Amino acid sequence: MLTIRNLHATVDDKPILNGLDLNVNAGEVHAIMGPNGSGKSTLAHILAGREGYRVTEGEISFKNQNLLDFSIEQRAHQGIFLAMQYPVELPGVNNMTFLREALNSVRRANGESELDAVAFMKRIREKAKLVELPEKLLKRDVNSGFSGGEKKRNEILQMALLEPALAVLDETDSGLDIDALRVIANGVNALRSPERAMIIVTHYQRLLDYIEPDYVHVLVNGRIVRSGDKSLAYELEEKGYNWILEEDAA
Amino acid sequence: MSTMPDTVENLLARGYDAGFITAIESDTLPPGLDEDVVRVISAKKNEPEWMTEKRLAAYRHWLTMKEPNWAHLNLPAIDFQGISYYSAPKRKDDGPKSLDEIDPELLDTYNKLGIPLEEQKALAGIAVDAVFDSVSVATTFRKKLADAGVIFCSMSEAVHEHPELVQQYLGTVVPHKDNFFAALNAAVFSDGTFVYIPPGVRCPMELSTYFRINEAKTGQFERTLIIADEGSYVSYLEGCTAPMRDENQLHAAVVELVALGDATIKYATVQNWYPGDEQGRGGIFNFVTKRGDCRGDRSHISWTQVETGSAITWKYPSCILRGDDATGEFYSVAVTRGRQQADTGTKMIHIGRNTRSTIVSKGISAGEGQNTYRGLVRMSQGAENARNHTQCDSLLMGDKCGAHTFPYIEVKNPSADVEHEATTSKISEDQLFYCQQRGLDEEAAVSMIVNGFCKEVFKELPMEFAVEAQKLLNVTLEGAVG
Repeated sequence: MLTIRNLHATVDDKPILNGLDLNVNAGEVHAIMGPNGSGKSTLAHILAGREGYRVTEGEISFKNQNLLDFSIEQRAHQGIFLAMQYPVELPGVNNMTFLREALNSVRRANGESELDAVAFMKRIREKAKLVELPEKLLKRDVNSGFSGGEKKRNEILQMALLEPALAVLDETDSGLDIDALRVIANGVNALRSPERAMIIVTHYQRLLDYIEPDYVHVLVNGRIVRSGDKSLAYELEEKGYNWILEEDAA
Repeated sequence: MSTMPDTVENLLARGYDAGFITAIESDTLPPGLDEDVVRVISAKKNEPEWMTEKRLAAYRHWLTMKEPNWAHLNLPAIDFQGISYYSAPKRKDDGPKSLDEIDPELLDTYNKLGIPLEEQKALAGIAVDAVFDSVSVATTFRKKLADAGVIFCSMSEAVHEHPELVQQYLGTVVPHKDNFFAALNAAVFSDGTFVYIPPGVRCPMELSTYFRINEAKTGQFERTLIIADEGSYVSYLEGCTAPMRDENQLHAAVVELVALGDATIKYATVQNWYPGDEQGRGGIFNFVTKRGDCRGDRSHISWTQVETGSAITWKYPSCILRGDDATGEFYSVAVTRGRQQADTGTKMIHIGRNTRSTIVSKGISAGEGQNTYRGLVRMSQGAENARNHTQCDSLLMGDKCGAHTFPYIEVKNPSADVEHEATTSKISEDQLFYCQQRGLDEEAAVSMIVNGFCKEVFKELPMEFAVEAQKLLNVTLEGAVG
């Protein structure tokens, strides 16, 4: 589904990614781990097409098309979803209105009919139950005055609603207590499917206790220096990143 | 990292839907103003002597006045002798007006603007007075309103048919000596809307006036007077458009509201005068004096305005809270883009005890637009326990526009309580990215964020007009992120 080859990218002319390769197939869950500043969030934002992140070399193919040809919203329409590390507040914008507009934008772009208010209500209620988001938060302004946990749950709700082909979770676990983490993980696990791929960007192995990845990659200095299965995450938890840094340097 | 997408500069050009010109024969006075012109206007309307005298007194006072220059506006000199002060579409005969006799060109004009004058096609529950250049061309639902005792007619008719009310109230809220443009208006006003709601009556429908400037080189000087007698209620809406022309045109209206004891007047404006082109050529100069007098105890006046048009807007809808427990409200969305300039706000003059006022002002600046909030809150000596809350928010789009806030607060009573909150923000790249990542295109994202910003004001508008206002805002801000 997603193939990244020799990806080099800069932010403010500073090189962040230096020849990253990654292959993700439908149905797989990949965890990307790495020390601060290794380029994890940069990768997430480049996949989403955010301005300010410049690809200088290499290619990204998504569903056999050159992903870099598409705008932010076109990528969203093709099924790329980024759960943000810091979801922004949209004062005065009703959460329900926003979610409906988002869903219908994606549906329109894919030649599907828009959901009317009734059908939408039914669907959003189901999804809200899935991520245990209280219905009253649907009536509030988008993320306005939400707690950290509520914001992250709202992200997972959007993911559940938009049913993306590739979900990228950017440090979704940061700032969450153990209960909130469990709720988020349950939501994510419920969304695992043979058609859907997920990339989970995280600092800690903790989230991976709840969301079991098929592959774990270690990102250092803008390259994937080691890949393995779940056991690699435990090894990192135990030994830290330094041993990989040292081996990489050697 | 660039803070905003750069394609936007190219998108800044937009259409102005109401910019067409109606080909209709008009009876237009040559440009220029002197006592004879004032007399001719009065004579054309067949006015009684007292009205002519009122006009002349205003004209003579106007000659002694100077144009105000304190506003935060870059204003070219206006040639007051270069403007025609009267223009009316020619009528086939002078018989009483009914919809059948209106020139089909005019009906068509209003249809194009989305204001059908045929009652069967009209928006349910809204009566319309249509003012075309200097005169009122049609007033709908008069019969139904008359059954409720409500008087809803053009100002010209009111002078003839309800002279006692006009004499009692006209000029009592905004006297001709009030300011330069009010004096000019009092001398040359040609038409406008007159509303009287008798005691205890809740007006059975929304009333509205639709102003249209058509003729070139004319000014529009309308005069609106709304009187809500004891315990009555009325909700009134006003809309405005004008054709696209290269020269500036002057609009200097006066609106007076009088609310007696326990009466409520809600006055909403959706102003979409032609704003001029991208280089700042043409557009309406909008110099308007609007004031409401809460004369009776527990009276209530609320102003809601959505200002998206005009090259220059100079407008401060105000409330004089004279009666005890009277309340005044001002909700405003003002948008400036291109080279538009707006200096707008309100005055809340607290005189009575326990008077309350609320001000919510939302300024949106895009392109090279300059947006100024100017507001006065005055707590007079007798205003025991008076309260005001002011909230003043500015939203900037791009880096060539400006937002300015000039609050004036005068407190002469120690028990009074005045709060002022102000914020200035930009649509952030984070917000746009968030919306776009969820599938919204940039236009939809901006529209959603801006509408969210204006929500507190839009919720004060009647439903149909809130929808109109949102649409207008979308058109106005199309591609305005820069």
